[in-house]
Amino acid sequence: MTTNAAQAALQSVPALLARNASQWGNLTAYREKEFGIWQSWTWKQAADEVRSMALGFLALGMAKGDHVAIIGRNRPALYWSMVAAQSVGAIPVALYQDAVAEEMAYVLEHCGARFAICGDQEQVDKVIEVQEKVSGIEQILYLDKRGMRKYDHGHMNWLEDVQSEGRAGQSRFEPELKKRTDALDYDSTCVMLYTSGTTGKPKGVVLSNRNIIETARASCEFDKLTYKDQILAYLPMAWVGDFIFSMGQAFWAGFCVNCPENATTMMSDLREIGPTYFFAPPRVFETMLTTVMIRMEDAGPSKKRMFDKYMAHARKVGGDILDGKPVSGGDKLKYRMGEMLVYGPLKNTLGLSNIRVAYTAGEAIGPEIFDFYRSLGINLKQLYGQTEASVFITQQPDGEVRSDTVGVPSPGVEVKIAESGEVFYRSPGVFVEYYKNPESTASTKDAEGWVATGDAGFFEEGTGHLRIIDRAKDVGKMADGSLFAPKYVENKLKFFPNILEAVVFGAGRDRCVAFINIDLTAVGNWAERNNIAYSSYQELAGHPRVLGMIQEHVEEVNASVAQDPMLSGCQIHRFLVLHKELDADDGEMTRTRKVRRNIVAEKFADLIAGLYDGAESVYTETEVSYEDGRKGALKATVQMRDAKVVPGQTQRIAAE
Amino acid sequence: MLDNTQDGYVTADGRQIGPVVLELKNITLRFGGVEAIKNISFDIRTGEIRAIIGPNGAGKSSMMNVISGFYVPQEGEIIYKGYKRAKMAPYQVARTGIARTFQNIALFEGMSVLDNIMTGRMNLMKSGFLSQAMWWGKASREEDEHREKVEKVIDFLEIQHIRKTPVARLPYGLKKRVELARALAAEPQILLLDEPMAGMNVEEKEDMSRFILDVNDEFGTTIVLIEHDMGVVMDLSDRVVVMDYGKKIGDGTPDEVRNNQDVIDAYLGVSHDE
Repeated sequence: MTTNAAQAALQSVPALLARNASQWGNLTAYREKEFGIWQSWTWKQAADEVRSMALGFLALGMAKGDHVAIIGRNRPALYWSMVAAQSVGAIPVALYQDAVAEEMAYVLEHCGARFAICGDQEQVDKVIEVQEKVSGIEQILYLDKRGMRKYDHGHMNWLEDVQSEGRAGQSRFEPELKKRTDALDYDSTCVMLYTSGTTGKPKGVVLSNRNIIETARASCEFDKLTYKDQILAYLPMAWVGDFIFSMGQAFWAGFCVNCPENATTMMSDLREIGPTYFFAPPRVFETMLTTVMIRMEDAGPSKKRMFDKYMAHARKVGGDILDGKPVSGGDKLKYRMGEMLVYGPLKNTLGLSNIRVAYTAGEAIGPEIFDFYRSLGINLKQLYGQTEASVFITQQPDGEVRSDTVGVPSPGVEVKIAESGEVFYRSPGVFVEYYKNPESTASTKDAEGWVATGDAGFFEEGTGHLRIIDRAKDVGKMADGSLFAPKYVENKLKFFPNILEAVVFGAGRDRCVAFINIDLTAVGNWAERNNIAYSSYQELAGHPRVLGMIQEHVEEVNASVAQDPMLSGCQIHRFLVLHKELDADDGEMTRTRKVRRNIVAEKFADLIAGLYDGAESVYTETEVSYEDGRKGALKATVQMRDAKVVPGQTQRIAAE
Repeated sequence: MLDNTQDGYVTADGRQIGPVVLELKNITLRFGGVEAIKNISFDIRTGEIRAIIGPNGAGKSSMMNVISGFYVPQEGEIIYKGYKRAKMAPYQVARTGIARTFQNIALFEGMSVLDNIMTGRMNLMKSGFLSQAMWWGKASREEDEHREKVEKVIDFLEIQHIRKTPVARLPYGLKKRVELARALAAEPQILLLDEPMAGMNVEEKEDMSRFILDVNDEFGTTIVLIEHDMGVVMDLSDRVVVMDYGKKIGDGTPDEVRNNQDVIDAYLGVSHDE
């Protein structure tokens, strides 16, 4: 076979698996920590597991085109079940495992899943609950046997039993499996993933083998990913990023996917594995940095002095050294000393020693946080992507990394900016359609294949890097006609470690007001050091000294916003610290932790009114949902404060 | 009323309860002139969750200590698996398959969670003191086997993330869970839990209840439970013994006990002048 013919044969994920099993048969493909030990599977073994699972699926009567819901934390067997489903011509649909039953019901109903593969009893229970309303589910398969003994197994199977059944029926099902796997091509559906839906109901994004494989190929080449790389699969399987990194790229490049023991051990598993390729949302990097800083506050004075001295040096030259820019010999030597004394051990503690390429995306990352990791010599970069694009729209090439851009168009992607400022793109990764939703498909993707991102942005002159300002629909006008870009201000607020979340209101009004969520870890630690006693989030959030501290932050942001003549109207005149954390369970955020602005505005309308009519404090009652689905009411009197604003106009005149 | 003469019964949720595994007959325990337990008899059946409840100072913990062999009653006998139990030291009782947790957490604070749970396997280790100290062939092989069992318990109770953490650094609720893990590591037939939920918040209580049910369900372990939280007791247990001032004032299913006049009096505080 020539190389071209070989390439042409690689038109589906199962085909890639077959290639990997023959090409890298004895290299480790999967690792999972179980019972305290890292268990591993080679590509050959993984291919075997997938095959027996696929045969078992056939024995259960899985048909071509069936949708198979997969719900659970990242575990090798669940990844295999995806490939096994593809092998029999079915379509895997990964669901967020922390979704409550109602959300799950919508998705299961919408895709008409016949099979549900669950990680453990908790997920099985949810599916059973959903089954009362959704009739389509015929078989529930589960991975973890614990607590499952007493369930009615009439339509329920342990995944390993399914595999043994598949192995037993090998000769019966083998020809059918081969026929179905061979029928897969570039145009057949690879996976269906539901977008979290900042607005309205989630939409099922259909991605074909072409989308996934072409994207994986291009992005692996961009960052030179090979079979030697290691990643940690810890982000939700329902998120397109995990599918691209842990399936698409892993299968294309042949690198090893490591699954943590459980969600709470992620940090220590990260340290044990030491991945070379790593993705984390800004929040994870923030939390890591906060932990480091808190522990350094508690360290002895000599250690603290050494840390501060070398970190200052790293901030000065670390980024330049990483970008390969010229740095004086003395600075280089000092940096090497620092590497030995501070940076090396610190990276080791964080589990980031071996990182070759790291990405962050999803939200804006604070420049200090971004630079902190860069200065340590960690090649942290930003990318901009969407489920509809199979992730990659733009990304930063090595050597051109900055905290305020999202990089240049990824290989194979064309990007254009519409008159309105909205960003459009076209690429081989562009999704096929929204499942059972032609109207939305038509309004998002035009006939020429251009997709609207819904984000407003512009290309920076000179560098060609894309900068994103805000969601296009959130960018509005204030009463006096000046530009209102809430995200811009919120991000500036969120760069303070004490502020976890901020929501700014002001569209159509004469001034802006803000809701603030404090970061309990950072503020709690500060409270401890300052002898401030508190018993709950609510109490700490209402403490006058906390309010005072937040006020300083808000005023600092106002001063910085005032610098920008276009956006100086977005300064925050009044603010409050919310009495509860915004939570996905209460519908205030998406599962990927993006604020649902409208819902927050609706839910806390009384507080917004209070902010605008100048009240000192407002008494409010809020409904909250507990994890088990029960509802309760949270009562609080929320203090409101004025913040100093900088008269942008006059300052500009003074500066001129 | 449950019929104790038959060999076992089926619970409301459909679990088959086996024959009597431990029977206490006319137990009396005195500390000098104080009678902590006065002529109490009851039995524990294989696979059931048996609760002992009562107001403060009713003698519940003393009863637990009698079962675990820590106290030796002056009168009465204990029939375990059909044989009368001779006077035994607590470690000997432990070897017969009875493990316990304590009301006040009794863990080795300076040791890691893993090491603490490993101590639960001590009675099951066969290699001698010397070979363990010298780490000779058999001892190291044996430790691997024990470690495997311990890891299963860690997985079961979902405490992987604190495996290497010193116990002293853990919050109270987790310490309780580690204590349960250590007791479970001994692979007991009867598990004695002395106030497993004292001082816990609602969420921790719910977790602990789930673990207790899971232990009973998954390993078929018989569980004897002392607990103050009536809601928890009534939900979890199959049969309940009620004690007051060292005497047994009720015995039966949670419903029977709930409607027993003596029990109501004891809990509402009727004066005790006999």
